Amino acid sequence: MSLSVDEPASAEPERTSTIGGSTRFVPGQSNDQITVVNGKVQLGQRLRDLWINRELLGLLTRSELKVKYKNSVLGYLWSMLNPALVLAIYYFVFKIINGRNGQPNFAIWLFAGLLVYNLFNAAAMGATSVVVGKAGIVKKVAFPRELLALSVVGVAMVMFAIQVGVLVLAMLLFGLAPDWTFVAVLPLSLVALIVFTGALSIFLSAINVYLRDTQHLTEVLLMAWFWGTPIVYSFGLVSSHLANKPGLLWLKYLYLCNPLTPIVMTFQRAIYGVSQFTNTTVTPHTITHVLPSWGVGTYAELNGVVLAASIVLFLLALVVFGRLEGNFAEEL
Amino acid sequence: MAVAIEVRDISKQFRLYNEKHTSLKERVIHGGKMPFTPFWALRDVNVDINQGETFGILGRNGCGKSTLLKCIAGIIKPTSGEIRVRGSLAAMLELGAGFQPDLSGRDNIFLNGSLLGLSRAEIEKRFDDIVAFAELEAFIDNQVKFYSSGMYVRLGFAVAVNVEPDVLLVDEVLAVGDAAFQRKCLDHVKKFQREGRTIVVVSHGSDAIRQNCGRAMVMNHGQVITVDDPGEAIRVYMADLLGVGTMEGSESGGVEGNVLAIGTVQAEHGGSGARVHMYPGESLTVTADVDSLAAVPKAMATIAIHDDKNELVFASDPDDPACEMEIPAGGGIVRFFFPEVPLLDGTYSVSVGVRSDTDTAIFDWKDQVTRFEVANPGRATGRVRLPVDVSFRLRSASHSGEVPAVGAGLFPPLAGWEENAS
Repeated sequence: MSLSVDEPASAEPERTSTIGGSTRFVPGQSNDQITVVNGKVQLGQRLRDLWINRELLGLLTRSELKVKYKNSVLGYLWSMLNPALVLAIYYFVFKIINGRNGQPNFAIWLFAGLLVYNLFNAAAMGATSVVVGKAGIVKKVAFPRELLALSVVGVAMVMFAIQVGVLVLAMLLFGLAPDWTFVAVLPLSLVALIVFTGALSIFLSAINVYLRDTQHLTEVLLMAWFWGTPIVYSFGLVSSHLANKPGLLWLKYLYLCNPLTPIVMTFQRAIYGVSQFTNTTVTPHTITHVLPSWGVGTYAELNGVVLAASIVLFLLALVVFGRLEGNFAEEL
Repeated sequence: MAVAIEVRDISKQFRLYNEKHTSLKERVIHGGKMPFTPFWALRDVNVDINQGETFGILGRNGCGKSTLLKCIAGIIKPTSGEIRVRGSLAAMLELGAGFQPDLSGRDNIFLNGSLLGLSRAEIEKRFDDIVAFAELEAFIDNQVKFYSSGMYVRLGFAVAVNVEPDVLLVDEVLAVGDAAFQRKCLDHVKKFQREGRTIVVVSHGSDAIRQNCGRAMVMNHGQVITVDDPGEAIRVYMADLLGVGTMEGSESGGVEGNVLAIGTVQAEHGGSGARVHMYPGESLTVTADVDSLAAVPKAMATIAIHDDKNELVFASDPDDPACEMEIPAGGGIVRFFFPEVPLLDGTYSVSVGVRSDTDTAIFDWKDQVTRFEVANPGRATGRVRLPVDVSFRLRSASHSGEVPAVGAGLFPPLAGWEENAS
């Protein structure tokens, strides 16, 4: 008996969803929805399922946040206090230590980069263990499991928003203004960051099911990644070091291959507001370039490239996840 | 009839590793090699489950029934083959599987409902129903971790059934909660059946399948043995898989050098010849070949029947004068005849003994020496089929004001007794 024969003649074509091994329900759709379960990975369907289940993503993110703050009295206030304290510490510490360097408002500079890295770090770390940690659901309920990884990204995004709030307050306090021309590039930059982080999170969450020490490996790699990104030091420092060593020019390109670098630089350029400062603590006064003096177009271009690459990586991560997902229930 | 679930050539291979390396470090140390034995949890499974049907899957532990259910649910991917499911689907593999202990019952309803495919608006619409069904009105804002296990599964069941899927997969979870809640669950399942939803039940117990299913499939070693009426499927399940027939290693007692020894014992039932199993209510004849060296003027023959859990179902009265017989030298055949065996499903074993009338000497006894099997084509469940006469009559007018409303049932209505007494 074939399904198409039984199907009453209908003007609407039969909605068939072939899913990489998963049955998913489409809320609100009627009886003629046909779900096919087989061993194949269908990328288009996976994307559609992610879109259909976006409400679930919101719920998963919200539950994560609720679990995180339910038991602390200060709750969300606490999560604001934490970055505020960090900012305060940086402010005082670097006022003393970094005094000779003479970079004004170093805390703001640092915080602009940390914003990006914190989102990336929190998501990647959390996502690595999320599938293993939620084994109960993964083994017993059918739903797009990528959502688990993405919910961790969602939580990191909320943390990011809170930190932005702290940053805005601090800038108001210090009477600092961002460079509004470059702030216009930030949405693009943020989207690129989220897509890239999402891709890596999905990938790591699946890998960790099979190789449980990915968790520890990720920790080390993320630390290396932190120092490989111009957050504490400036991109200007790197390029000035490499500028007079033509043999090491490839290193500069390699350095720029880090997708976080252009994103961090954009955040710094927009929030810190300047690409150079004059060191007045030494005589004669020196001018230090912390960022290249690119125009806003170049920044946008770089971020566009990162976004394009991240989208490709995201799709790739979905395929890898789909491949590995089939045996999650068995491996967990 | 339209097909709700179409299972085509589904195979699922698991890898049984001798030593599993779950970390990169171990893999590097062992050169990336992990010797494994392939194990086929499912092998070329083909079945069509019709829309509106309640379909049972029977099998022992490890026969692949749960794996098949997980494949249909999409929780694991088959190695090869394809499953097509028409309509929305919800799987109850474990009640409350998606619950977050730290969240309140309210939050968990939304989370779990969403996991099962409901939109936020739909959950909001059904929220009160779910809470009422789970009987958790007073605790809905408490964290789930403080729930009792009964409350936990009640909430899980309430969410799952209120999803109202076109296809519901159930894995032996119906036996949850107290008796009242179980009844409610069953009522809900019946309602689902009336509404024409498809239900697939997996079980290794036969009663749930017999009572609720229209058809049943028997699986063993990842393969389909048969798809048939529940009665027949259960018979195949018990006969082929649990192994019915001659007993091996049955104990026999008796004193060495006794004058009397029991030889072969056979059980024949009313349907013998036509089928292996008997139906409830058929006759049963047990014959025991007895050898005797000398004449025994007063021998008592006894018989006992045990069920498959080794519980005694029946033992004949040892002092019943009807059991007394005279056995001449050379022996003969002792015959036990049950005109009607009201037993329901199961495999029953027969023990036969012969002793002296004074009970001082047991000549011989054979413990569980043969078996017979009862397969029940009907829907009654339990151990025995008691004859029951159900009738209905109106209450007499004079008592109608005082008499409590008692419907027709297994027990005579109280009203009738009062009437007789007065």
